[in-house]
Amino acid sequence: MAAKSAAKPKSSEAQAAVAEFTKDQDLAAYREMLYIRRFEEKAGQMYGMGLIGGFCHLYIGQEAVVVGMQMCLTPGDQVITGYRDHGHMLACGMDGKGVMAELTGRRGGFSRGKGGSMHMFSVEKQFFGGHGIVGAQVSLGTGLGFANRYKKNGNVSVAYFGDGAANQGQVYESFNMAALWKLPVVYVVENNRYAMGTAVTRSSAQTDFSKRGLSFNIPGEQVDGMDVRAVQAAGQRAVEHARSGEGPFILEMMTYRYRGHSMSDPAKYRSKDEVQKMRNEHDPIEQVRSRILAAGFATEDDLKKIDASVRDLVQEAADFAQTDPEPDVAELWTDIVK
Amino acid sequence: MARITMIEAIRDAIDLMMARDDKVVVFGEDVGYFGGVFRCTDGLQRKYGRTRCFDTPISETGIVGVAIGMGAYGLRPVCEIQFADYVYPAYDQIVSEAARLRYRSAGEFTSPLTIRMPCGGGIFGGQTHSQSPEACFTHVSGLKTVIPSNPYDAKGLLISAIEDDDPVIFLEPKRLYNGPFSGHHDQPVVPWSRHPLSEVPDEYYAIELGKAAIRREGAAVTVIAYGTMVHVAEAAAAETGIDAEIIDLRTLIPLDTDTIEQSVRKTGRCVILHEATRTSGFGAELSAQVQERCFHHLEAPILRVTGWDTPYPHAQEWDYFPGPARVGRALKAVMEA
Ligand SMILES: Cc1ncc(C[n+]2csc(CCOP(=O)(O)OP(=O)(O)O)c2C)c(N)n1
Ligand SMILES: [Mg+2]
Repeated sequence: MAAKSAAKPKSSEAQAAVAEFTKDQDLAAYREMLYIRRFEEKAGQMYGMGLIGGFCHLYIGQEAVVVGMQMCLTPGDQVITGYRDHGHMLACGMDGKGVMAELTGRRGGFSRGKGGSMHMFSVEKQFFGGHGIVGAQVSLGTGLGFANRYKKNGNVSVAYFGDGAANQGQVYESFNMAALWKLPVVYVVENNRYAMGTAVTRSSAQTDFSKRGLSFNIPGEQVDGMDVRAVQAAGQRAVEHARSGEGPFILEMMTYRYRGHSMSDPAKYRSKDEVQKMRNEHDPIEQVRSRILAAGFATEDDLKKIDASVRDLVQEAADFAQTDPEPDVAELWTDIVK
Repeated sequence: MARITMIEAIRDAIDLMMARDDKVVVFGEDVGYFGGVFRCTDGLQRKYGRTRCFDTPISETGIVGVAIGMGAYGLRPVCEIQFADYVYPAYDQIVSEAARLRYRSAGEFTSPLTIRMPCGGGIFGGQTHSQSPEACFTHVSGLKTVIPSNPYDAKGLLISAIEDDDPVIFLEPKRLYNGPFSGHHDQPVVPWSRHPLSEVPDEYYAIELGKAAIRREGAAVTVIAYGTMVHVAEAAAAETGIDAEIIDLRTLIPLDTDTIEQSVRKTGRCVILHEATRTSGFGAELSAQVQERCFHHLEAPILRVTGWDTPYPHAQEWDYFPGPARVGRALKAVMEA
């Protein structure tokens, strides 16, 4: 059943409950997660070189969450998240070039240089942002669920937020409304154990976020968010629940971010050992990689080819983001009101 | 006397007030264990313990609401909103409760709280990390609004804010935390240690709220500024050679109308600066005040140099920011009018 904290070794029951992926699923998950990781590494490098300015929050370590969840969605389902959004956008299928060019503030960026790292959108991929204000997306995502129910379109909205965001009052106003009106919303709490420099235990009375909907009768589940199969399996249950008209569902993904909160994080609030241990023992990409090799789904050489194609894609995005022109000054005054 | 940064001056003021008055409690997101994202409360939890300096959840409404209750029952809360851009969830508590408690209870209860928040642009923070929301507070009766431009003032004003029995919004221009900023973003960062106003006494001193400072005496034109724009004004005056008198308001409410009036009567010209958007900005109030008080002394229309009426941009920060070139043009225009 529900897996415990990703930091602890999984119990055998938990492992047994996670269905194996097919070859195609494993390979797709590997490729997607690797793409996000390499993209983020490149963004981090470009930030270091001064090519990206301002705030930039990397998703490295948490890749299994969005990749696993995305496997449960069908076209028309909506995704909304906070400011740590690059992974979500890539998983939704948004072009890496447009994401990277927004980081560098260029014309070809998804928000034409107006939004930056935290604020990007895509009607085509039904990605509703990228929001810099912690917690705001939870109410918005609830509204997307309302619109789905109103239109009777059978779609589900997925609202991602962090363990820190889970303490905003509007999250509970949203839970109440979503349960009251039986809205098709899946709330995904990405519990990476820290909100900036503040550990969950220092900010939360109830640290089991899957229980945060109990008083509204919203079911919740704690999931090993480092194992893409566990994410996908739980995601499937939650999405089906929401889609079938049963109302909202809460998934707490036990995950971990390897990098600092943003690019200027002194990282004094946790030990290097803690980070290293997660990387060594729970890395979501390494888990899939070793499974693929063990099952004989692919050889080292095949995986190298995937690596190379991912690197090419990322390089293409990086090149575009540096050569695409900066926005015209007149852009300052566009898209304010009509 | 030590030369310190604005961050150190702010920390110094809080430290001193915590030592003097055990009713002072300090809290906010990442404020305790981590010492604040800008390090303004670094070391205070270690020194005063977790009951007096602590972390809160990310719950701005709750942070301010709880502070109001604490204040009504005798504590002196100093809370931090991590960036001014995050204050809006707390705005209801500030406007409907903190600002009104004294009036509503006919003076029986007060809200002796200080709400600190970094504001302003110049750090490439985009729309959610660069705003200057001072007018949201100056428009509300029952609040005091303070904004220092240097370490010396930051310490003295923050001490006064903490001692004040009414709610004080204490805006900290984050671009000034580590050094003065002329608006020349392409020039190397100047440290505070080279600025005379970084000389800050170790001991207690208070700067009365509602008293502006004249940063540069001049005869040609009065420039009214606050926060980062004080330094931009100094650069623009130096670069244009115009003999501007630069007023640093330091406190927006209560407003030092005497200093403004005296200066404009002398110069006959007035340019008003702020980073915030133009329409309904605090500059509109200043302009009205000058017009009401100094109409017959004015030799030219009052000009404002402000942020544009747009959200704060990501890629085009320096097209938005009212830097020394724009201020210089206004100074020339007002002299030629
Ligand atoms: C309303 C609001 N308050 C505070 C912040 C500052 N802030 C940005 S991210 C963050 C931590 C959020 O942590 P969490 O929700 O756990 O997400 P994570 O960064 O771990 O992905 C804080 C305090 C903000 N952006 N908006
Ligand atoms: Mg977190």
